[in-house]
Amino acid sequence: MLRFTKDHEWLRMEGNIATVGITPFAQEKLGDLVFVELPNVGAAFDKGAVAATVESVKAAADVYAPVAGEVTAVNEGLVEQPGLVNAEPTGDGWLFKMKPADPAEVDALLDEKAYDALTSAA
Amino acid sequence: MSEPRPTGELKHTPLHALHVRLGGRMVPFAGYDMPVQYSSGIMKEHLHTRAAAGLFDVSHMGQIALRPSSGRIADAARALETLLPADISGLAVGRQRYTMFTNDGGGILDDLMVSNQGEQLILVVNAARKVFDETHLRSHLSAVCTVEPLLDRALVALQGPAAEAVLETLAPEVSALRFMDVRAVTLLGAACFVSRSGYTGEDGFEISVPANVAEPLCNALLRHPAVAPIGLGARDSLRLEAGLCLYGADLDETTTPVEAALDWTIGKARRPGGERSGGFPGAEIIPRQLGGVTRQRVGLRPEGRAPVRAGAPLFRNEDDAAPVGVVTSGGFAVSLNVPVAMGYVPPDAAAPGTRVFTEIRGKRLGLIVSKLPFVPARYKHR
Repeated sequence: MLRFTKDHEWLRMEGNIATVGITPFAQEKLGDLVFVELPNVGAAFDKGAVAATVESVKAAADVYAPVAGEVTAVNEGLVEQPGLVNAEPTGDGWLFKMKPADPAEVDALLDEKAYDALTSAA
Repeated sequence: MSEPRPTGELKHTPLHALHVRLGGRMVPFAGYDMPVQYSSGIMKEHLHTRAAAGLFDVSHMGQIALRPSSGRIADAARALETLLPADISGLAVGRQRYTMFTNDGGGILDDLMVSNQGEQLILVVNAARKVFDETHLRSHLSAVCTVEPLLDRALVALQGPAAEAVLETLAPEVSALRFMDVRAVTLLGAACFVSRSGYTGEDGFEISVPANVAEPLCNALLRHPAVAPIGLGARDSLRLEAGLCLYGADLDETTTPVEAALDWTIGKARRPGGERSGGFPGAEIIPRQLGGVTRQRVGLRPEGRAPVRAGAPLFRNEDDAAPVGVVTSGGFAVSLNVPVAMGYVPPDAAAPGTRVFTEIRGKRLGLIVSKLPFVPARYKHR
């Protein structure tokens, strides 16, 4: 099940590890990505801290950590193919994996219905 | 992810309804609601323009007619020469020239195209500067010329290697135009001015068309399979690859034509020893700068994949604390699949091959000073 932030990140829990990316809405808004700056494995972030940067032809945007935690893996494939984020934002275009510090923070994120309501209002 | 800015009260070009119908993503630009891209996206639009033909709405730009009260075009040309350093008197009928309005400090008030259309000079100026430019022209030239903004005309650009073959189907005579030629051409029964010029580095045309014919003309052009509509996003990435300046970014009131590496636009007749030497704002400063400047515009290729954006500082050495220059345009060269930028550096850092540094997100990153344009121009000179 995907969880969402109001800032257009998504998160998917598998065991105790969360995979994080930006939503289809976000990639559409940004346009063609040309560069992704990923965090270092082992880096720890507070909820809402800048964890990655995505850049399109026109603009750069920060990606926030949806919950507090430690980065356990990054999607190295994006270095050569940032366009994967546009093509498969919730699939091969994932950005990083992290181990949430507090599972309750994950439960507090938006579900798909709440996120859809947010983006259809925008 | 951080949010884009909201929009305000915006003007429409005569092609606004067409943009919306074509799926344009509309954004505010210089007070207009303009398409930044269509559904295919900036990268595809960019590559399409270089491979076939792109159609751009540039109707937000100002089109201004200067008409000499005496009826002699030479009087309008001489008058205009008091505001800019180009040779306008030497501009033949049917020719266009790139130039810039300067201030007393030699800074650039706007960059523009001037064409001699026989009875009148037509100026094409930047959207964000057109109100200023009109006032500037009126306050200095009213004794000699009428200054009339052409408010009932749209401006569209057809750019790319297929542009000639496409436009020929509507007006065969356009194939006779060379780069920077201008001619009155009838398109769909409407009186248009067509120039062989553009802002992409490609061969192509800019077409001034009566507003009520703009949409039928665009529809006729878009019927050709080679033609796709192109938004402002690709317009910017194309002009950056072509090494062309954007007013407000690479040029402003504090940069001079010589610093901007636009000294080639200063006519021989307007230089020291020329037959109409000086006589333009900044004439005490600009000719002196031809012998050397303290900073100049250069091309920059960032090392690695990260784009370096406008405003990024430039350092001479990797560990220097004080910047010696600044990036004024930066983004991604879609045709080359690498980031590129332009910026200002001191002369001792301006030679191609020099390595300078910037700082992005707290990290120092090298850039190599490079020749402009990044992608060779394909203008049709003959």
